[in-house]
Amino acid sequence: MTPNLTYIVVVGVLFAAGVTLLLERSLTRVLMGVILLGNGANLLLLTGGRAGGPPIVGTTDGAEMSDPLPQAMVLTAIVITLGMTAFLLALSYRSWHLNGHDEVQDDVEDRRIMDLADRDEGPGTDDADQPDSDDQLDGDGRPDPDSRRPSAASLAAAAGGRGREA
Amino acid sequence: MLVLVAVHALAAVVAPGLVRRFGRRALYAVALAPAATLVWALTRTGGVRAGEPVVETWPWVPRIGLELALRMGTLSWLMVVLVGGVGALVLAYSARYFRSDDPGLGRFAAVFVAFAGSMLGLVVSDDLLLLYVFWELTTVFSYLLIGYDPAKRASRRAAMQALLVTTLGGLAMLAGFVMLGQHAGSYRWSVVATDLPGGGYLVTALMLILLGALSKSAIVPFSFWLPGAMAAPTPVSAYLHAAAMVKAGVFLVALLGPAVADVTAWRVVLLVTGLATLFLGAWVALRQTDLKLLLAYGTVSQLGLLMVVLGAGTRDAALAGAAMVLAHALFKATLFLVVGIVDHTTGTRDLRELSGLGRRAPVLAGVAVLAAASMAGLPPMAGFVAKEAAFEAFQHGGTADLLVLAGVVAGSALTVAYTLRFLWGAFAGKPGVAPTEPHPAGRSFLAAPALLAVAGLAVGVAAPALDGLLAPYADGFASAEPGYHLALWHGLTPALGLSALAVAVGGGLFLLLHGGRLRATRWTPVDGAAGYERLVAGVDRLAVELTGATQRGSLPFYLGIILVVLVVLPGGALLTGGPWPREFRAWDTPLQAVVAALVIVAAVMAARALRRLTAMILVGVAGYGTALMFVLHGAPDLALTQFLVETVTIVMFVLVLRRLPVKFSARPIRRSRRGRIALGVAVGAVVSGMAWVASSGRLATPISERFPDEAVSYGGGKNVVNVTLVDIRAWDTMGEIAVLVVAATGVASLIFRRSRDLDRRSAVPGPRPATTGGPRWLTAGFEAHRHSVILQVVTRLLFHAIVLFSVYLLFSGHNAPGGGFAAGLVAGLALAVRYLAGGRRELNAAAPVDAGAVLGAGLFLAVGTGVVAMPLGGEFLQSAVLDLHLPLLGKVHFVSSVFFDVGVYLIVVGLVLDILRSLGAEMDRQQEDAHDDVRDKELV
Repeated sequence: MTPNLTYIVVVGVLFAAGVTLLLERSLTRVLMGVILLGNGANLLLLTGGRAGGPPIVGTTDGAEMSDPLPQAMVLTAIVITLGMTAFLLALSYRSWHLNGHDEVQDDVEDRRIMDLADRDEGPGTDDADQPDSDDQLDGDGRPDPDSRRPSAASLAAAAGGRGREA
Repeated sequence: MLVLVAVHALAAVVAPGLVRRFGRRALYAVALAPAATLVWALTRTGGVRAGEPVVETWPWVPRIGLELALRMGTLSWLMVVLVGGVGALVLAYSARYFRSDDPGLGRFAAVFVAFAGSMLGLVVSDDLLLLYVFWELTTVFSYLLIGYDPAKRASRRAAMQALLVTTLGGLAMLAGFVMLGQHAGSYRWSVVATDLPGGGYLVTALMLILLGALSKSAIVPFSFWLPGAMAAPTPVSAYLHAAAMVKAGVFLVALLGPAVADVTAWRVVLLVTGLATLFLGAWVALRQTDLKLLLAYGTVSQLGLLMVVLGAGTRDAALAGAAMVLAHALFKATLFLVVGIVDHTTGTRDLRELSGLGRRAPVLAGVAVLAAASMAGLPPMAGFVAKEAAFEAFQHGGTADLLVLAGVVAGSALTVAYTLRFLWGAFAGKPGVAPTEPHPAGRSFLAAPALLAVAGLAVGVAAPALDGLLAPYADGFASAEPGYHLALWHGLTPALGLSALAVAVGGGLFLLLHGGRLRATRWTPVDGAAGYERLVAGVDRLAVELTGATQRGSLPFYLGIILVVLVVLPGGALLTGGPWPREFRAWDTPLQAVVAALVIVAAVMAARALRRLTAMILVGVAGYGTALMFVLHGAPDLALTQFLVETVTIVMFVLVLRRLPVKFSARPIRRSRRGRIALGVAVGAVVSGMAWVASSGRLATPISERFPDEAVSYGGGKNVVNVTLVDIRAWDTMGEIAVLVVAATGVASLIFRRSRDLDRRSAVPGPRPATTGGPRWLTAGFEAHRHSVILQVVTRLLFHAIVLFSVYLLFSGHNAPGGGFAAGLVAGLALAVRYLAGGRRELNAAAPVDAGAVLGAGLFLAVGTGVVAMPLGGEFLQSAVLDLHLPLLGKVHFVSSVFFDVGVYLIVVGLVLDILRSLGAEMDRQQEDAHDDVRDKELV
């Protein structure tokens, strides 16, 4: 089978546009990138089989029939893209509802670990970081686990401030 | 034997409940499990004495040849007696040691007896993998026992240290086991021992196994974890760190010894590390002021001695070693229990604070002296018998043996010295220290150590009987020595002289140290603990650096990495892989190029669009263009589905975009945008290249050549794509509809904010109707002021026609374009039109069902169709074809896979309904609530 130049160009352009959108931070854009990528991938799959008449026995001769196998794969892929689209749309709405925008933020915990790495420190999850029952007790006699951890709010602020740069 | 292990497991399960109910007295009941073990082992004494092992085999995982192969030979019998006997006594002792209101007591009882069960399993395992499983179980339970008090930092640290060190060794040991097992083709030690590999392979395997044994038994350089583990309650120390767990390594060495002792490396490693441990432990013990730590270092030292004796590889040494295992367990457990009582009754175990306890607690002191005599190797105790045998065993060899003998004698002298230090520290009156006033210790508290100490005496006296019991193990060693026999009195032998020498030197050393004329200096050539700390800290730092370097927490960063790899690796392969196909065709029909140009323009513009709506429309155009490409390709099913999906997608976008801002947020800096475009273009180029190569790379005859015939003959349908979906590749479809259900659930849970709101998936309530009474067909009902009346009425007229058409598509799909996916989308669009025309009331009227129920029914039907085929003798999802002649209807062609397709249909309808309820109706409601709130505030 010889390559079909038209397909190859379309697939390339759909992937290029899709990836460009995918790398954005706006979830709506990411979603559109996913849709374009999906279309590109579906066409890429189709290039694996020959074109021809509809693969319906009785309508088309066996020899002129288009390859049905990639079509079956693509068909389910199309519907899954629909489910994916719905999910991402719900996600962007939710994000907008909570934060007033639909941008993907950096992960706060990851940011915390990167700060530790910058300071050349260990994870501090070992006992060394935890207060002992002997030296620090709160009211009901249990050690206070949160006393040495930085507050979540300050971390979120730090992450939010740096999140946009990347 | 398996039954006994099960009894322990059962006891562990019921123990917390018993403790809650009966307090600490419940421990006596729990002690019955190890006691039963002891009794059972004693009843098997006769057979073991005759050298006949007890064997049990139960199938477990046949595929990897793993069976519950249990085997109790002489050595195992000895260990079972110790594990059961000491275990029962220590549990009974614990019933007086702990207080009933101790919050951790229930857990302690459970974990302790579970540990005893694992230890029992370990020593009777014949299968090496099974042994490994029990080995790790003891590690885990000992972790829990050492960390008895989770609020103490020291106990957490010690538990973690013991866990890491012994697990590390255990993993190495597993590798060694696998090496041996793979070579022999069996993991049963009784088989493996007869078929050992040779050369470096065997040495490597043995060294790995030794790593496990030495770390478990706290031999240098792994010895540091054992003193740390003294953070555990004293009964735990008495059991785990005297009788049971630390003996696991010794047991393994003894078990493997008869078969592998002629390997030089095995003997050298054991002798060298054992002697080093013997000296180091004893020396450090002389510096301790805490009685328990003194005993702990003494244990380390004794374990070293055991390794030396059992690693020597001669019959007499092995006999001495087996006797020593028994003697050590008896006296060391006793002494730990004594320390526990001292601690309990006086509140301290610091030998600088204790004074004159021997006068005030004479029975306790007597018990301690008895056990200490055994430890120091004085007649007529068990320790003496064992030590004599060891001296004797090393007398007859060459220079190396004599060197070892000198080491063992010197070690014995040190042992005598720290034994005296222990007795003096615990019981002697000291000038300048106020006499200690102990609380009285009850008789039952003293019973366990007293019994153990007397047992040590009895074993010593009955040495000839012990000799008969242990001889079958020692005879397993190849070297046919004359055959030494355990006894108290051999006459005036050199060994007796060495014993006397050791006692004399040890006594002198104690006096020198005690008188202050000699100081036990800090002397640690091998500091395992510092190495451990450095290693752990290093791993922690490495983890932080690696995580910090790779987990940047930024989605574009992750995607960028993945895509760059895609460009570099497959792209590089494409560039270097040549030769590329040179022939190509521009298009199948020129129309393709026209449509392709449309798609390209739409995609590029969509990537540049600033407004959400513009971008959405352009993406839609690209999608419809793709559908046209499908048409031109000869794929009507795809085209139909793609058209429908694009339409549903546009509906969804409109529903959500009405809530989002018109424009995308401000674009980030230009440089990163250029980077994104560059990466996009690169990925596009690579994928194009892949398409180019791949589409000419299909050389073999496609499997789908046979699909048309199979579709008709097996699938009973003419539409090959549809038959592929519901029959030939139905498993794939099954997975994909499952994904759809998950996606629908995800959408609903993102939009419905509280789980009780999810009830509204059946119907999101609309504004109250203006008129009472239900709506009638073709009347503009609710919210007439907001929606076009004409549109509402027209959609109601059309609705049923569209649904009917969808059903037609569903059933004709087997033979013509259509099928469950397309039909479901059509029905979904009908619902969408109703919703768009009349709001959520209208949607509820059109589909008065729960979207989740529709999804569930679809999945149930699809799976059910597949399952039904199985009892009928077919495979999962196999279709049956039925041709019937019915009156009136004529010939009916019926294929069972149509039910599967109905399931798919229902799931797609459910998905769309779910989307409409979530992104449509519920979002409307939330919006209205928000408006109401604002209005209420304004009114106030």
